[in-house]
Amino acid sequence: MSRGLRLIPILLLVWLVGGLAWRLVKPPSPAVPSQLVERAVPSFDLSPAVPTKPGLKSADLRGSGPRLINIFGSWCVPCAAEAPVLNELKKRGVVIDAIAVRDTPDAITAFLDRYGDPYGRIGNDPRSNVQIDLGSSGVPETFVVDGQGIVRRQYIGPLSQSNIPGVMQQLAELR
Amino acid sequence: MIAEAGFAALWLAAALAAYQFLLMILALRSDVDVARPMRGVAVVQGGMTLIAFGMLMLAFARSDMSVALVFENSNSAKPFIYKVAGTWGNHEGSMLLWVTILAIAGAFLALFGRRLGERTLIAGLGSQSLLALGFYAFLLIASNPFARLFPSPADGQGLNPLLQDPGLAFHPPTLYLGYVGLSVAFSLAVGALLTGEVDSRLARAMRPWVLGAWILLTLGITAGSYWAYYELGWGGYWFWDPVENASLMPWLAATALLHSINVLAARGALKAWTMMLAVIAFSMSMVGTFLVRSGILTSVHAFAIDPERGTFLLVLLALYVGAAFILFAIRGATLKEGAPFELVSRESGLVINNLILSVVLAIVFLGTLYPLFVEALSGEKLSVGAPYFNAVAGPFGLVLAVLVGVGPLLSWRRERRAVLGQLKVPALLGVTALAVTIILAPELAILPRLGLAVAAFLATASILPLVGRNPLRAPLATWGMVIAHAGIAVALAGIAANAGFTSERLTVAKVGETLTVGPWTVLLQNVTPTAGKNYSALEAELRAARGADVISLTPQTHYYSDPQTETNESSIRTFWNGQLYTVLGKPDPSGGWQLRLWWKPFVTLIWAGGALIALGGALALFGRLWRLRRRKEPDWRARYI
Repeated sequence: MSRGLRLIPILLLVWLVGGLAWRLVKPPSPAVPSQLVERAVPSFDLSPAVPTKPGLKSADLRGSGPRLINIFGSWCVPCAAEAPVLNELKKRGVVIDAIAVRDTPDAITAFLDRYGDPYGRIGNDPRSNVQIDLGSSGVPETFVVDGQGIVRRQYIGPLSQSNIPGVMQQLAELR
Repeated sequence: MIAEAGFAALWLAAALAAYQFLLMILALRSDVDVARPMRGVAVVQGGMTLIAFGMLMLAFARSDMSVALVFENSNSAKPFIYKVAGTWGNHEGSMLLWVTILAIAGAFLALFGRRLGERTLIAGLGSQSLLALGFYAFLLIASNPFARLFPSPADGQGLNPLLQDPGLAFHPPTLYLGYVGLSVAFSLAVGALLTGEVDSRLARAMRPWVLGAWILLTLGITAGSYWAYYELGWGGYWFWDPVENASLMPWLAATALLHSINVLAARGALKAWTMMLAVIAFSMSMVGTFLVRSGILTSVHAFAIDPERGTFLLVLLALYVGAAFILFAIRGATLKEGAPFELVSRESGLVINNLILSVVLAIVFLGTLYPLFVEALSGEKLSVGAPYFNAVAGPFGLVLAVLVGVGPLLSWRRERRAVLGQLKVPALLGVTALAVTIILAPELAILPRLGLAVAAFLATASILPLVGRNPLRAPLATWGMVIAHAGIAVALAGIAANAGFTSERLTVAKVGETLTVGPWTVLLQNVTPTAGKNYSALEAELRAARGADVISLTPQTHYYSDPQTETNESSIRTFWNGQLYTVLGKPDPSGGWQLRLWWKPFVTLIWAGGALIALGGALALFGRLWRLRRRKEPDWRARYI
């Protein structure tokens, strides 16, 4: 066996150890970037989830300024925990539309009465079809969508107070 | 006192390992005869680790909450067996178990390794002591299992119900025994490279260790696969999860080593390659331990990431494997290859076996670590899943399974007999199976179809080595090989049947609704809340009927409050021709219940095959050890002095 061949294992080991060391120094972040980021939202048309508000369709997202789309369910505890943050964002002038997943009008109305109502439009997605099209795997999730209906960012899990400056800044940049 | 005694024993063992290593250097650089003291040191070192581990076990058994590790991982209300199992159910304890097994393996090598050349044995023991030394340092510096808490708390925190499972209590030690058994092969290879005595004597001394480790890895993987199957509730038996792959990679390397070692033992050929494999097999064990213990790859077995522990293990990995590879690069060229062989011979059959196993190993290795490297280089995240592994490793596995049927029929050096003639019956059966699947199941995908055909071929081909001779006079090792190879056919049949014929029903059902899955009609009779010892549960009552067979199943969902977790307890019923697998999911807003139902024909063959493979290995090991005992070779001292 030639000398070069016998050095291959050593090179492989250096490569392996280097890669593993890199991972130790830089632990993985749990956020998985959505494949939809920097792409237009898929087209959808959802009927109103509550009688008092309009439903949500993809055409609504074009030509009317950047906004958040919050995917939630009245049955979801982290969504209730997230509500104060969304109310705060609404107070600061952020437009928030919503998709209610696997929910009923009565339950949503009760949820909004109890935790506050930051939403402009709420689309009803009883079988999670649009949620899945958006690449969302659970509730709550929040998408930042620009004025052309292009997804700019996906937040998985509830937004927290610490996310507010980042969200505000990104929306300001998109304006 | 118990913890302090354990701690002292661990320090003593570390000191003895250092002494043992120095003795090796002395022996290799001069003519001083150190064999006797070295043997003694190795045995006492093994005894010390055993004492240390026993002390930790005692602390767990007595629920001594003044020991930090016990406080964190145990609770006085736990059943006794899980208190004891808690000893190795945590990071520090499992690393102590690892080094204990390592040191005891060293002691056994010192006691029973007399068939080796003296210098090689000394070099091997030195290498084993250096391996142990690194892990002692790891324990004593970075993760002391005996640290005390003051003031001592009233009771412990470790009541995690998920970890109270008999499978989980005995799965890790089995795998560890396998991993560490490979350390002896590694040490012997390093020793032989140092002394240059790479010969059939070395192979015969190494073989029982590799065989033993391989049996335990086989059992560990089979048991782990069944555990994931019934516990995770998704009907899968192998998820190509990084932690699963971490146990598969050493197994693949050990399987290759097991076969190449036979060539070295019988013919004195494949010297460099066998040494390389011995180094790689243990390297894969260390990579596996690193992946599991550092938690750097996200998986269903996710553990917390701990950079300090990870760094320590990675440094050890780099040092040991790097040193062995460098030694190999320097000394590999000096190895003279043994007796030549022709293209069609048992040797080349085993070379092909090794090549395919190495390719599969590379495929699994790449698939497991590829996401990591892509992210390191480009920042892009991706995951490699079952579709890649099945599509890439599957065909190689099938080719290998065909060759498994052919290889054992070849004779050493040169094949003169008409081997193909012997394979007429198995080949005919394989083709028949293929034809039957085409007629009866025209929709079947290509891999399961070929899998069934190859399984039929291999099941008959594997017993050919016993045909034409008196089976009772055949050596146990031959019986072992036949059974292990037949086990591959059985497992392959199970894998193919499960992949090709499983019927699945994932649905929302209301109480009183009837569903069909495969040949079964399943009625959801009721869903009732029940209470367990430390959880509340929802239990579904299912009535399943197939013809005259009527059975009831009760899958449950368990809700634990501390920590807040939810588990699906599947209800599985086994029949001779398959398993009915039922899982109760969440309540649906529509008022129904999520139900997951599977009918999995012949799925149990997968684990039965795994058990057969291990049984074959055990027979071979028993046969080899029995022969070694009977054939009283003169002691090496008589030959060398």
